[in-house]
Amino acid sequence: MADDLLTIGDTTFSSRLIMGTGGAPSLDVLERSLVASGTELTTVAMRRLDPSVQGSVLSVLEKLGIRVLPNTAGCFTAGEAVLTARLAREALGTDWVKLEVVADERTLLPDPIELLDAAETLVDDGFTVLPYTNDDPVLARKLEDVGCAAIMPLGSPIGSGLGIRNPHNFQLIVEHARVPVVLDAGAGTASDATLAMELGCAAVMLASAVTRAQEPVLMAGAMRRGVEAGRLAYRAGRIPRRHFAEASSPAAGLAVLDPERPAF
Amino acid sequence: MTISVNGEIREVVAGTTLGALVATLTRAPSGVAAALNETVVPRGQWDSTALGDGDRIEVLTAVQGG
Repeated sequence: MADDLLTIGDTTFSSRLIMGTGGAPSLDVLERSLVASGTELTTVAMRRLDPSVQGSVLSVLEKLGIRVLPNTAGCFTAGEAVLTARLAREALGTDWVKLEVVADERTLLPDPIELLDAAETLVDDGFTVLPYTNDDPVLARKLEDVGCAAIMPLGSPIGSGLGIRNPHNFQLIVEHARVPVVLDAGAGTASDATLAMELGCAAVMLASAVTRAQEPVLMAGAMRRGVEAGRLAYRAGRIPRRHFAEASSPAAGLAVLDPERPAF
Repeated sequence: MTISVNGEIREVVAGTTLGALVATLTRAPSGVAAALNETVVPRGQWDSTALGDGDRIEVLTAVQGG
């Protein structure tokens, strides 16, 4: 929204939904999903060039005017991730990177030690680093301390659609962070995105929840609205939770009626 | 001489440059990066970078992901 901009590094965005491009059944569906999502920042992966592949995700993003955010998906060590980020910078002309360094294929959970190492190296090398991290408030603080431009904790494993498994950790991360906190991974449906924003996240990053939905374009619109609703609710300030009811109609001025003489 | 290109073994004539090699894969004017033995070579240096026997070259581009 125009009066509530998201700032990451030196760039502002009016959309608080960052969309990935992975998993879309075709470039056409991807394009329509991206438009429906309203996203202004979109991830791509770096892979070996295959001369037989027709069409390019880059041409879709260029056509739509969406900023590209290369990731280091598939990297297991700091060294691999740093080299991949440098290749992405060379290929795409951006020093932004969504830093992913995972520990194993089964969980795709971040390897915190390799992640922090890579983050520090890339920040020193001039990159704007957006790390995909565990929902660990201590690690989040350390990533911020080495100069990351945002903190992107996972709600649950990539592609699992399990939502935010530990909302309390998200609150702890958000309370401490001086850079934007972005839910990254785990969103399954619009209410997950809303919850993230209600918890104080600055943005939501997702791919599979949209691209692998039965109707990706519809889900992209749902996510856009879910993020907006959660952000508005966060800014509005929710009412406190209570154990008992609190009447919303006034107690004063009630008519005195004889319960023994009903009118019917 | 023998080199490895994206994991495939290739025979190329001595003196082949990185630029000439990449041109056999793509004519795209941007969106492509190359690493020679795990070091990024900026595009502007491709044509002046001669390959050597046993070199490992990775040529990458952006694909859907993340």
